[in-house]
Amino acid sequence: MKPPAFTYHRPATVEEALATLDRVGPDGKVLAGGQSLVPVLNMRLAAPGHLVDINRLTALSYIRAGNGSVRVGALARHADVGRSPAALPLMRQATAHVAHPAIRNRGTTVGSLVHADPAAELPAVLSLVDGSVSLASTGGVRTVAAAEFFTGPLESAVRPGELAVEATFPVPPPGTRSAWLEVSRRRGDYAVCGVGVLVTLDPGGRVTRARACYISVGPTPIVVDLTDAAPDWDAAGRLAAAAVDPGDDVHATAAYRRHLVRVLTARACAMAVADD
Amino acid sequence: MTDHVVNLVVNGVPHEVRVPARRLLSDCLRHDLGYTGTHVGCEHGVCGACTVLVDGAPMRSCLLFAVSVDGSSVTTVEGCRAPGGGLGPVQQAFQDCHGLQCGFCTPGFITTITAYLRENPDPTEAQAREAIGGNLCRCTGYQNIVASVLRAAALVREPAP
Repeated sequence: MKPPAFTYHRPATVEEALATLDRVGPDGKVLAGGQSLVPVLNMRLAAPGHLVDINRLTALSYIRAGNGSVRVGALARHADVGRSPAALPLMRQATAHVAHPAIRNRGTTVGSLVHADPAAELPAVLSLVDGSVSLASTGGVRTVAAAEFFTGPLESAVRPGELAVEATFPVPPPGTRSAWLEVSRRRGDYAVCGVGVLVTLDPGGRVTRARACYISVGPTPIVVDLTDAAPDWDAAGRLAAAAVDPGDDVHATAAYRRHLVRVLTARACAMAVADD
Repeated sequence: MTDHVVNLVVNGVPHEVRVPARRLLSDCLRHDLGYTGTHVGCEHGVCGACTVLVDGAPMRSCLLFAVSVDGSSVTTVEGCRAPGGGLGPVQQAFQDCHGLQCGFCTPGFITTITAYLRENPDPTEAQAREAIGGNLCRCTGYQNIVASVLRAAALVREPAP
């Protein structure tokens, strides 16, 4: 359970980091919080020749709200996002379910997006708000929408030589409430099923839009529009359960995961609307 | 692969150590610096036994490279004693409440709870359970550890004479 040997790089600037990533190419891996990467190395599931440690790029540790979105830099830790007044309420609600405090103190939100674990919370939040990730390289910066960013289980659109420098979470319309619920075998463990919801109410309290995202029930985060069923949240739960296609695995059967999608959807929507 | 010079202040004592990049902070503390109070359980971030405070914040030392936290201050269980020596409040609470049996997981609990009580000096029982949610104990069944968190909070608020 010790990581394989690698060559360590500790760039002092983003430019230096990009130059190093460009030089090492497919044999390089970015080390941010490392809370997913280091277990993978310890278990020898990966053996990159070069690690590019971005922990000194403190200019990237920001969480900023403005111009209709929340921007999270590559070095913002989960714990920072979880207590940031600039973060969306759903970002804070979901972050409370990311592993444990000791992991959240080091792990980064953008790192979790790049890792693209289908059981991770923030990729689903980014998908639900139609957010995007900015990928920098020596060739420039490209921005990839969440819908194209998560390409498979543990697979994202990041190419060799690229550094995910920022994630953008657009602010939902005024009157939008949110909630996050999940079920896991142990507190902080991978979710058997997790649900995030955004419910938009007009000034009269009528639901104008309801959407939900799901984790651990597919290879990538799944977003389902529940507006047609609202405000009958039991019907919304049934709609969602019909829309997902979870698989069986050692942790839960597909039928149980589908059951959780139905029940947690109804509960989360009711919670979001009740929340004042 | 070249070695790297790493500077760490451990429990207030500065150290300079030369380690390969792959050296985990947990192994650096134990093998290079002799702080064997930090225990290594799962080595993939699940069990919490290796939890230390890095610049005051609890982190898994098995998920950090020593070279990556170069320049940090680290607090291990050895640093959780009372300022004048003897048991610190969290350690005392574990003794008072029988919060340990084999003791393997205890260093991770002591560091985690020490940091948590700075954030929340008066936790409810539910908050105490949440605070230790990232640490596994295979002996106690957790009841006495929850009691220890509450007892430690009381000791921190009003130190015994």
